[in-house]
Amino acid sequence: MDGRHDRLIGALAANLAPVRRLPRPLLRTLFWLLLVAAIAAALAMFSNGAATWQRMAASSDMWLAALGSIATAAAAAFAAFVLNLPDRSRAWVLLPLPAAVLWVAASGLGCLRAYVLPGTHVAAIGETRDCLAFIVGLSVPLSAALIVMLRRGYSLTPYLAAAMAGLAAAAAAATLLNLFHPFDAAATDLAVHAVAVAVVIAAARALGGRFLQNSFAGPVTFLPGGSN
Amino acid sequence: MAQAKVIRALAGKALLPFAVPCSMALAPVAAPSATKRRCVDTRMAGEQTRTASDARRSALMAAAQAGDRVAYETLLRDCVPFIAGLARRQGVPPESTDDVVQEVLLTVHRARATYDPRRSFEAWLRVIVERRAVDCLRRTRRHGRREVHAPFAYASHADETIDLAAGLHRREDAARIGAALAHLPRRQREAVRHLMLEERSLGDAAVLTGRSTGSLKVNLHRALNALRLKINRGD
Repeated sequence: MDGRHDRLIGALAANLAPVRRLPRPLLRTLFWLLLVAAIAAALAMFSNGAATWQRMAASSDMWLAALGSIATAAAAAFAAFVLNLPDRSRAWVLLPLPAAVLWVAASGLGCLRAYVLPGTHVAAIGETRDCLAFIVGLSVPLSAALIVMLRRGYSLTPYLAAAMAGLAAAAAAATLLNLFHPFDAAATDLAVHAVAVAVVIAAARALGGRFLQNSFAGPVTFLPGGSN
Repeated sequence: MAQAKVIRALAGKALLPFAVPCSMALAPVAAPSATKRRCVDTRMAGEQTRTASDARRSALMAAAQAGDRVAYETLLRDCVPFIAGLARRQGVPPESTDDVVQEVLLTVHRARATYDPRRSFEAWLRVIVERRAVDCLRRTRRHGRREVHAPFAYASHADETIDLAAGLHRREDAARIGAALAHLPRRQREAVRHLMLEERSLGDAAVLTGRSTGSLKVNLHRALNALRLKINRGD
């Protein structure tokens, strides 16, 4: 065997510390969803629950859109945790796709109805700006929590895992936006939501990916040239 | 029929890592030749060994996760030929195989918390090796695009910054200065030789020549003025 390998193995073994095995991706996803539920419960105290319920009950596609967004959040978080394990396939990145299709399609239906039904309130520019700020603002702690959790694992594709974390956070934030959305989805509104989600994914991928890569590539605590 | 018996026996002992199709296990087959039977037995033995080695490595990794240094060292040493073989099969050139092995060992160390002992250790390791091999190949290709390995061209390349006439000019200058020095009075010549050409200190030069430092300084000053005039005139 190469002397270099001998020295490296000796150093790695000499500095070995016990590690706690990562919990299963499903368990880690449930933990993160619990965090989202806690934030939702806190936000629900400030929202008009009766009005939200009335709006949701009035149109089935809003239910579908909310279902789609929460399923997207759960599936994307699960995919991020699966991609956090080196031996899993990158194809897991496709997992949130069906839920995302449901989310976009149901939101699109609501958007169509805004033109079909007269008297539907269409969001003004100021209101859409609030939506953008809400989604981006709430996505920051949610994606940060996910990325901190991802640091415990070791992803061979850190940028992909971070992008999935961004999608999960943005979808969860868009779901929670329903609590404060005083109007149905219109074309402008939908476009703003799409922009907000894209911004969050891009930011999470760029910042989170680099953060994960640096943490994975960080120095191992040993001296390779040492005598051990 | 003997082949079917071997397969059924091994499947019964749960030594086969794959499902045995009924048609293969139960269909009447012609009695296999000795060579054929040996091939089947070797393949089965290989599968058994692979599974056994995987189970052993998996147990060692589980112990390493708990902090067992001896198990960890044994595992890593055991894995080096496996990693090198896989890297070569991925197309890593022989001169880079050791680099890939080192990177894989470091990755295994950093990622050891992600290994689940319920899953195959070799499959886990294989993905890491493949990924590191691809990284290495990409790096090599990138370098290959930027750099050319041409040792002969490098060795025979003419350095255009070298002034071929520089040595000649230096020799001519030395001859002119030498001739100018020969025409100086003895005391001035001594001052130039000790203080300028042999770079002695004023004190040392004074001891060697038995003259005062003031006299040496005056003689050096006069000598340099005389040389400057002589060389500028082109004598």
